Amino acid sequence: MDYINAFWVGGAICALVQILLDKTKLLPGRVMVLLVCSGAVLSSIGLYQPLADYAGAGASVPLLGFGHLLWKGMKKAIDQQGILGLFTGGFTACSAGVSAALIFSWIASLIFRPKMKK
Amino acid sequence: MPTSEQLKKQKQYQQYVKRITPSHSLPLNMTKAFFTGGLICTLGQWILNAAASLGADKETAGSWCSLLLILLSVILTGLNIYPEIGKFGGAGALVPITGFANSVAASAIEFQTEGQVFGIGCKIFTIAGPVILYGILSSWGLGIVYYILKLMGVIL
Amino acid sequence: MKPGIPAGTASIEFLQPVYIESAASITGQKEGQGPLGNLFDMVSEDPLFGTKTWEAAESTLQKETASLAIGKAGLTAPDIRMVFAGDLLAQTIASSFGIAEMDIPYYGLYGACSTMGEALSLGAMTVAAGYGEHVLCAASSHFATAEKEFRFPLGYGNQRPLSSTWTVTGSGACVLGSKPPVPEDQKHASPMRYKNGCAVITGITIGKLVDFGFKDSLNMGGCMAPAACSTIAQNLSDFGRTPKDYDAVFTGDLGMIGQQILLDLLSEKNIDLHSVHQDCGLMIYDNETQDTHSGGSGCGCSASVLAAAILPEIARGTWKRILFVPTGAMLSKVSYNEGESVPGIAHAVVIEHSEI
Repeated sequence: MDYINAFWVGGAICALVQILLDKTKLLPGRVMVLLVCSGAVLSSIGLYQPLADYAGAGASVPLLGFGHLLWKGMKKAIDQQGILGLFTGGFTACSAGVSAALIFSWIASLIFRPKMKK
Repeated sequence: MPTSEQLKKQKQYQQYVKRITPSHSLPLNMTKAFFTGGLICTLGQWILNAAASLGADKETAGSWCSLLLILLSVILTGLNIYPEIGKFGGAGALVPITGFANSVAASAIEFQTEGQVFGIGCKIFTIAGPVILYGILSSWGLGIVYYILKLMGVIL
Repeated sequence: MKPGIPAGTASIEFLQPVYIESAASITGQKEGQGPLGNLFDMVSEDPLFGTKTWEAAESTLQKETASLAIGKAGLTAPDIRMVFAGDLLAQTIASSFGIAEMDIPYYGLYGACSTMGEALSLGAMTVAAGYGEHVLCAASSHFATAEKEFRFPLGYGNQRPLSSTWTVTGSGACVLGSKPPVPEDQKHASPMRYKNGCAVITGITIGKLVDFGFKDSLNMGGCMAPAACSTIAQNLSDFGRTPKDYDAVFTGDLGMIGQQILLDLLSEKNIDLHSVHQDCGLMIYDNETQDTHSGGSGCGCSASVLAAAILPEIARGTWKRILFVPTGAMLSKVSYNEGESVPGIAHAVVIEHSEI
C-alpha cells in the first residue's frame, strides 16, 4: 500500500508542476527554487507532515520534501539552540543530500566526459 | 522609451506569436510526468522500506533514500541517460531529488574543461545554487517568525 | 569607374559582379543524416572534431572549412587578402582561435545567426572596392558550445518547447574574388563553377535591428521574423523588384513558426512570398524524424546550406537570381537575465547566375 501512495502522490506533484512548466515561461531553475521554498512554507504551517506520513517517499523525494526537511531541521535547531539554531538548522538538515550531490558529482567529473545530446 | 502605440503593437505581436506557436500536449506531458515522477518516488519508497527493515530509524532511512537516489541520478547523468529521462518525463524528472542531483552533476561534468576552481568549483552551483540559497533563506525567515512567536508564547 | 552605387535607402548595387570563387561546408553527424547530408563536403562523426573541448572543436571546424574553401578556389592562405568570420560564442572565440592559425588578416564579426550575411556583405564591398583580390567569408556554430553559452550544460535533463530550434553543428565558408572562378578542370581545385556558369553577388541590403519587444528566447523564429520581413521589404523597394524577380528567397533559420510569421507579416505589406520562400533551418533537418522541433539554427545553418545546397544550383543555372537572408537574434545571457527583449537582424545578399 505504501508503494501505491508514494507512486500516486509523487506522480501527482510532478504532473502539477508540469502545468507550471508548460503554461508559464518559468525556467526549470526557477521552478526548483519555488518548490523548495513552498515546501518549507507548507511544512512550517503544518500542512506537509500529514502528507509525508501518508505518502512516505512520494512526499519526501520531490523537492517540496527538501523544503520540508529544511524546516524540520530549522525548528529542531531553534528549539535546542535558540537564535544560533537559525543559522545551523538549515544546513544540518540538508547536509546529507547536498554533500552527496556535490561529492558524487565531483567524482563523476573525473570519470565522465561531456557528451552530445541525442 | 517605446510609446503606448508601440507597446500596443508589441503586445498584439506577442499574442499573435503565441497563437500560432504549437505546444506540447499538456495532458500527455502530465501523464508522462506522473509516471516518471511516480516511479522515482516508488523507488525511493523501496529504499526507505529496505533501510527500515535493516533497522534504520525514520530519519536515517530518509537520508539513505536521498543518498542512493542522488548516486543513481549522478551515474545516469554521466552515462548520458538522465537527459533522455528528462526529455521524456519533464517535471517528472525535474521535481524529484534526482533532478537536483542531475543539475549538479551535469554542471560538474560540462565545466571540467574550465578547470577545478573556476570551472567545476564555481559552475557546479549554476542551477543548484539558487535552490540551496533560497531553501536556506526561506527556512531561516520562517525560523525567525517561529522564534518570535515562541518568545511571545504563541507557540509552545 | 565606381565599384557600386547606393540603391534606395539601405542597399548597395555592385556595378561589377563580385564572384564567388568557391564554397565549402563541413557539418556534424546529425546534419549529415539530414536531407542535405550528401551535399556537404565533409561530415564529422566526432562531435569534438578530434579536440578536447567543444570550443576547440568549433574552432577546428571553422578552420578546416576555411582551408577547404581556399583550396577549392585553387589558392593558398597567403593569397587571401583578408577574412571576415564569426560565430555565436562570447567574444567570437571560435573564429579568433580558428582563423588565428591561418595567418590571414582577420576581422571578427558578431551578427548572431545572421553572421554569414554580414560576412558576405562586407566581403563583397571589400572586393568591389578593389581592396582585395580574394576575400574569405566564414561562419560556424556548434550545438554543444551554443547550449553551454546560451542555455544549460548538455547533461541537464530538460524538455525543449516545440518552438525551439536545434543549433546546427556546422560551418560554411566562401572565397569572394574580383575575377571569375578558375576552370573546373584545374588541378587540386573544385571551384564554384559549372561549365561557364558561376555565382556572383550583385547587391546587398544591410539589415536594421528590429525590436518587437519579444522576450521568448526559446522562440527564435518569433524574435527574428520581423527583421527578415523588414530587410526583404527594404530590398524589394530599394531595387524596385517584386518577389517574382527572385527564383527563391532563402531565410537563415526562422524555422516553422518564424516562416509562418514572416509570410503573414509580408502579406500585411501586400508582398506575397509564399511561392519563392525557403528557410535553411527547414532544409537542413527532417523535423519529423530528427526531433528538431521548429528547425535548425545557428550561423552554421545558413552558412553550410548556402555553400552546399544553394550556391551550386546557382552556378548550374537552376536559379537565376536568389536572395539570401540570414537572420540573427541579438541576445546574451546577461541581457536575457536583465529582462531585455530579443531584437532581430537580417542581412540580405543578392546572388545571381552568371555566364563567363
